Amino acid sequence: MAKPKIATASLAGCFGCHMSILDIDERILQLIEIVDFDKSPIDDIKKFTGQCAVGLIEGGCANEENVHVLQDFRRHCDILIAVGDCAINGDIPALRNNIPLKECLDEAYLNGPSVFNPEKIIPNDKELPLCLDRVYPCSEVVKIDYSLPGCPPNAEIIWQALVAILNNKPLDLPYEIIKYD
Amino acid sequence: MSNEITFSIDGTIVKGKPGQTIMQAADEAGIYIPRLCYLPELTPHGSCRVCTVIVNGKPQTACTQPITEGMIVENDTPELKEHRRNLVDMMFIEGNHFCMFCERSGNCELQAMAYRLGILAPKFPFFFPDKAVDSSHKDIFLDLNRCILCGRCVNASNDIDKKGAFGFVGRGIHKKIAVNSEKNLKDTNMAVTDKAASVCPVGTINKKGTAFATPYGQRMYDEKPIGSDIEAKNK
Ligand code: SF4
Ligand code: SF4
Ligand code: FES
Repeated sequence: MAKPKIATASLAGCFGCHMSILDIDERILQLIEIVDFDKSPIDDIKKFTGQCAVGLIEGGCANEENVHVLQDFRRHCDILIAVGDCAINGDIPALRNNIPLKECLDEAYLNGPSVFNPEKIIPNDKELPLCLDRVYPCSEVVKIDYSLPGCPPNAEIIWQALVAILNNKPLDLPYEIIKYD
Repeated sequence: MSNEITFSIDGTIVKGKPGQTIMQAADEAGIYIPRLCYLPELTPHGSCRVCTVIVNGKPQTACTQPITEGMIVENDTPELKEHRRNLVDMMFIEGNHFCMFCERSGNCELQAMAYRLGILAPKFPFFFPDKAVDSSHKDIFLDLNRCILCGRCVNASNDIDKKGAFGFVGRGIHKKIAVNSEKNLKDTNMAVTDKAASVCPVGTINKKGTAFATPYGQRMYDEKPIGSDIEAKNK
């Protein structure tokens, strides 16, 4: 029987949660015994090759491309897990949520103390995904099945959750590994 | 008149003294009733509703309700747990709780309550409200993004410090903590040694220069859930 597949993506995040996935250390060898990695920066597969059992999402939605990727994951993954605080509540990127987008762009490209931009151009190439008005937690865009908090979540909570889900067991996480920081 | 009142919490017989609240009698008996606004040394404010229990079939806040002979109290039920989760979830989404850089993280009663209730993520949409930070005072800074309107600072400043440095202004979703001056905290007579500077359950009232003193893993709620100290009396 074919092994179930796992896919991962980083949206508006810092890749810290992916580092935490790698932090399961040698258990990653155990993991690839029981699953195949599909679309993921870990193996650099860019497109889904088929339906996945589990999708791990790091980061919230800050631009339109994040939304498309997230919706694509929802379509291709039976179980979608929000990994880390950015995916769950927007976190650091969401600090811009109280500031109008124009002000954010002006600060970044025109007025910031270290900006050198004599032509006063705010990047607007059509290749660039459009910024959203604010950063949206994943659960506000698609249905999320499980959330693993932390900034980043420690490797233990990721490991224990994956093992439970892949074995169809309930998520019974010990107190000490649930942390929001 | 007997000076003992006998009642039950979740079927366990508890004996308390006349004039005690359910919370006080339960604490002495080693039964933890979840709470956020209650602090034993302050007048109960009854604002968070997390301590709601069912008393003879009716919901009451355990921190304000006096005990009576034979009363039947339910505390640890799935319904009450769900009710408490909803309250705590709402406190998260109605503020801006960025635990990862919050000075209070690991020692925060709101966060600890969420851990104890097994909350992995709030279930409501986030408000991302616009709230102020006041760092004008030389020893204290206020971050209203994290305030849960428990009222502890108001009571402590009024009743213990006799300064009235804090008060509530506004109603409903616009309700917030304000300082007793035209401008900022620095224009009040609040001092870092005041009781009000040490009662905040969350990271709103912070003492400058004290952050991140305890390493991750050794903070107040890293290993054991909030309330374990009270429950330990029962073992
Ligand atoms: S006050 Fe508590 S819950 Fe809020 S951000 Fe700080 S640690 Fe997190
Ligand atoms: S500032 Fe702190 S103590 Fe005062 S009401 Fe807000 S949460 Fe409570
Ligand atoms: S602890 Fe009783 S209402 Fe807050």
